[in-house]
This record gives sequence, structure tokens and C-alpha cells, in this order.
Amino acid sequence: MFFIGIFGFITRKNMIAILISLELVLNAVEINFAAFNRFLYPHQLEGMFFTLFGIAITAAETAVALAIIINAYRSVGNININNLNKMKN
Amino acid sequence: MDPIINLIIFSCLGAAMLALSIMAVTSGSLLRSATYLLLVLLCTAGFYLFLNYHFLAAVQVSVYAGGVVILFIFAIFLTTSKGEALFKHQMRRYVFGFLCVAAGIGLTAFMLVKHRFLYESNTGMVGDQEISMSLIGQTLMGTGKYQYLLPFEVLSVLLLACIIGGILIARKK
Repeated sequence: MFFIGIFGFITRKNMIAILISLELVLNAVEINFAAFNRFLYPHQLEGMFFTLFGIAITAAETAVALAIIINAYRSVGNININNLNKMKN
Repeated sequence: MDPIINLIIFSCLGAAMLALSIMAVTSGSLLRSATYLLLVLLCTAGFYLFLNYHFLAAVQVSVYAGGVVILFIFAIFLTTSKGEALFKHQMRRYVFGFLCVAAGIGLTAFMLVKHRFLYESNTGMVGDQEISMSLIGQTLMGTGKYQYLLPFEVLSVLLLACIIGGILIARKK
């Protein structure tokens, strides 16, 4: 799942599609935290809380990224990454 | 629970998650991609339930499936005009990405086989003890060792900063 996300990150051109791939990657990492915590150290809670904080940080990151995308859409007109090389004006 | 039933549930969840994430990455329309993402996140919540992390499953459903996907759908509605097809990269980029991914999967599989995680961690041993809610609350709010008040507060400040930043960026000039 992590590598599917990376594949999408490399091959998609739309910024929202890239963000969706990023969500997949983060989600895979969080599953790994939870699963390793459960299987290797079942009586500790570190992995679970790491996952919890990861989820919150991902939500924050998504909100900011979507705000940036909407702003870019307003100034450029579409959200393909090749059109964003003239961000300064 | 019966180990066989556990294994079946695990395989079904894993297969569904893999298939849905492949579809989310390769699907043609953005809205459909976001829907597949939602299903993947719900499968992940099911996975947490399977691991007996009930609180984590609830957080996953409410934050991801409730908040993040709604944000995605709003952004898609705001930024795509009707009937606009997605542009594609040239073929070389697909080949390159596929090579990277194949190398990564090969490396991971090699490590898994080498360290015999696949054989030793049989899914029948998933603990049946559920973490109590009061333990989670005390760990999240405590200040001792292995307790998480400071990250919690830092995270709330981060979320506040993100809200303000998001408003500031997306605001009309």
C-alpha cells in the first residue's frame, strides 16, 4: 500500500491526486505502527499513541495543503503541477 | 477468537485494502479516487478493530472518513470544472515509477522473508485484551514517563496554527 501510494505520487499530475496518494502512504505507515505495537509489545501503548498523533498531524497537513491548492487554482486556473512554475506572479 | 476466522478476516481486509488503494491511485476521475480513498480508510479502521484498538478505529473513522475526505471532496468540487479530463504524464515516467515501486517491494519482501516475520507472527495470537478507555485518557493527559500531555498540547497548537494558516492562505485577497 505504501508503494502504491508512492507510485501514485510519482505518476499523477493533478495536485489533489498527489495528495490522495500521500494519504495512502501515511495510512500505511500508521497501520505499521499499530500492528508492530500489537505484535511485538502488546502491553505498551507507544505505537498506538504515535498512530493517534500521526492521524492528527495528517489532518492538519491535509487542511493546509488543500488551502494552498485552492489558492493556486484561483491564481493559475487549474491544478496540474506543470502549470505551477510561475507561482510568483 | 478462532485463529482460522482471524486469518480469514485479516486476508479479506488486506486484499480489499490493496485492491481499493490500487483503484484509488489509478482511477480516472478525481471524485472516484476520493471515494476509493474513503473505502481504504474505512478498511483501515476495520483493521484497527481487528487489532483490538477500538479507540484508534473510532478516531480513524471520525477524523479521516469524516473530516479529511469531506475536505477532499469539497476541494475537488471547487477546483475541477466539469468535463475536464485528467492530464497524464508521458510513458517514461510510468515506467520509472513502476521500477522504483518494484524495487521497494522486492526489498521489503526480502527483509520480511529474511527475518521470518511472516512465519512467526501468526495472526492467531492477536491479543484479546482490550485497552480500557480510562487508561487511554490517563496516558494522554499524564505528565510522567510514557505519558503524553506535552505532545498533546503541542498538537493542539499545531492544529490551531493550521486552521489560521489555512484561512489566511485560502482567503480571497
